[in-house]
Amino acid sequence: MSQAIATGVLSPRRSLAELLDDRRVLSFLFMLPAVGLLVVFLAYPLGLGVWLGFTDARIGRPGIFTGLDNYISLFQDDVFLLSVFNTILYTVVATVIKFGLGLWLALLLNHSMPFKAFIRAIVLLPYIVPTVLSAIAFWWIYDAQFSIVSWALVKLGLIDHYIDFLGEPNMARGSLIAANIWRGIPFVAICLLAGLQTISPSLYEAAALDGATPWQRFRHVTVPMLMPILSVVLTFSVLFTFTDFQLVYAITRGGPVNSTHLMATLAFQRAIAGGRLGEGAAIATAMIPFLVFATVFSYYGLQRRKWQQGGHDD
Amino acid sequence: MAAVVIRDVEKAFGSLRVIHGINVDIADGEFVVLVGPSGCGKSTLLRMIAGLEQITGGSISIGSRVVNNLPPKDRDVAMVFQNYALYPHMTVYDNMAFSLKLRHADAKLIDERVAKAAAILNLKDYLKRYPRQLSGGQRQRVAMGRAIVRDPQVFLFDEPLSNLDAKLRVQMRTEIKALHQRLKTTTVYVTHDQIEAMTMADRIVVMHDGIVEQIGTPLELYDHPANTFVAGFIGSPAMNFLSGTLRNGAVETAGGQAIRVHTSKTQEGQPVILGVRPEHLSLGNGGAGIAGRVTVLEPTGAETQIFVDTPAGPVTAVVSERHSFVPGTPITLQPRPDCIHLFDAQSGRHL
Repeated sequence: MSQAIATGVLSPRRSLAELLDDRRVLSFLFMLPAVGLLVVFLAYPLGLGVWLGFTDARIGRPGIFTGLDNYISLFQDDVFLLSVFNTILYTVVATVIKFGLGLWLALLLNHSMPFKAFIRAIVLLPYIVPTVLSAIAFWWIYDAQFSIVSWALVKLGLIDHYIDFLGEPNMARGSLIAANIWRGIPFVAICLLAGLQTISPSLYEAAALDGATPWQRFRHVTVPMLMPILSVVLTFSVLFTFTDFQLVYAITRGGPVNSTHLMATLAFQRAIAGGRLGEGAAIATAMIPFLVFATVFSYYGLQRRKWQQGGHDD
Repeated sequence: MAAVVIRDVEKAFGSLRVIHGINVDIADGEFVVLVGPSGCGKSTLLRMIAGLEQITGGSISIGSRVVNNLPPKDRDVAMVFQNYALYPHMTVYDNMAFSLKLRHADAKLIDERVAKAAAILNLKDYLKRYPRQLSGGQRQRVAMGRAIVRDPQVFLFDEPLSNLDAKLRVQMRTEIKALHQRLKTTTVYVTHDQIEAMTMADRIVVMHDGIVEQIGTPLELYDHPANTFVAGFIGSPAMNFLSGTLRNGAVETAGGQAIRVHTSKTQEGQPVILGVRPEHLSLGNGGAGIAGRVTVLEPTGAETQIFVDTPAGPVTAVVSERHSFVPGTPITLQPRPDCIHLFDAQSGRHL
């Protein structure tokens, strides 16, 4: 026995084999590919972005470390502050409406009806169309001269001149939010529908026998049972909406007069179109605290509720 | 508490008719078991009493009210589901209190009722737990507790024990029966397990393919089955059936053996099915009886099941003596003369 251990220590071949038998070493080795991918494709770009935010880099010029200069100037920049306001407004309003309508749609789709699969497929349509394509469609819908909405309203006699959807700041913000809602509803509806279908029908039957009205069944059975998946979907939806870029950039490019810029589009505008990489990176980095806040918020929302845990007394 | 009257009830799902005119009278305080193989319509009938399924034809009354068009909550019935259907996000207490809370009952009354139900069901120590933290038997008891606190006119049970293991099932069977004896609430209980039906019921309704085959007390069904279906369904192991023809006061089976029977309602030469329960067969020492060869012996301790291959088909016998036949041993089984059933070969009806 002691001899076997001695030879094991002495022979390098044996010790490699023994090393690989160690669970800790082995699990580290197995994690390496994933860690490598995360470092190369996530950590490095993120780190570089944050670093650039502390420099005055421009396209074609490496830039030098300038500390918080970029951030200090951004906080005196009205366009940046407006973009922060726009982003929050865009996220809050779009998310609230997306969830309201998405939940309503999911409840409708959860009923048995003719052509169920077909209708569900149609609902997904806005989500599978490439964003830029739908953005261009909306761009036409909102066009000052060719808008089908204006045309229809005029023909119906409800208004007498065409609406300038994208020419006036508040109108443009509303139009963008509407486009985002149109695009985001399918994701919410389909995810919540999946959640609804995990609820056992016998719970509704038990509640009906217990004397619950349809509203009480929704309030006391559907809502609590849907909460876990609702918070997951909410987190994703908030993150996607907050970092939205394509719709806004394709429809208004931040106009009119920078009034619809989101933080993402402004960062792109300043860094790539304007060439000031450092400032753009600082704007993008400024989104991080908001996203961390949203994630932490939903982390607590997402925590397994007490009733989902099994087996322990308390 | 109330009587339940089921009159000519029919049910169709689209063009598929699953229940064809059923009549059952359930007396106030009675424990009635609906039993039958899967797909016989017993659960559908129960769900129609609960109001979870529309009634296509006929009428159902609870107490003196026809409830055909009443929603479930107005029928004053409580149901225990096969999967218990406990609200997973509520504690045991809240599960039981839910119906009373919906009715805006007084908090003190809710406390009282829940405490009483918990005491009856031994759930006092679990009131603060969530359903996930309970064992199958405890969940089952919570489901019953939820029904008890409402003090309804009728309890409905939909195969409540089929998710439990064998030992717990026997234990809960006794508990449910004891509960009924204590509360004396009218109970309709659905099961596919004839032993559950036999042990629990005041009266059993045997259903098959959407019709009622027979209604009676457990022993009535056992002693006087109305037809071959009931005879084969009630009793375990199942009754042996041998087909043959009636000649000279005896049934001549396919294998050429003759078994003496006493009957006056039959005609000479009539094709019949002879039915005899395994426990009514005894080992004969030669002479008349059903002769065959032993295929398998299954000792259960208290008794022994003997599977015998006869010219008329396989026959099972249950005897209390212990035997050690090797497969292939020739034996003769003698039926108790007063326990032989004769059925019409065509209609299956008891003669």
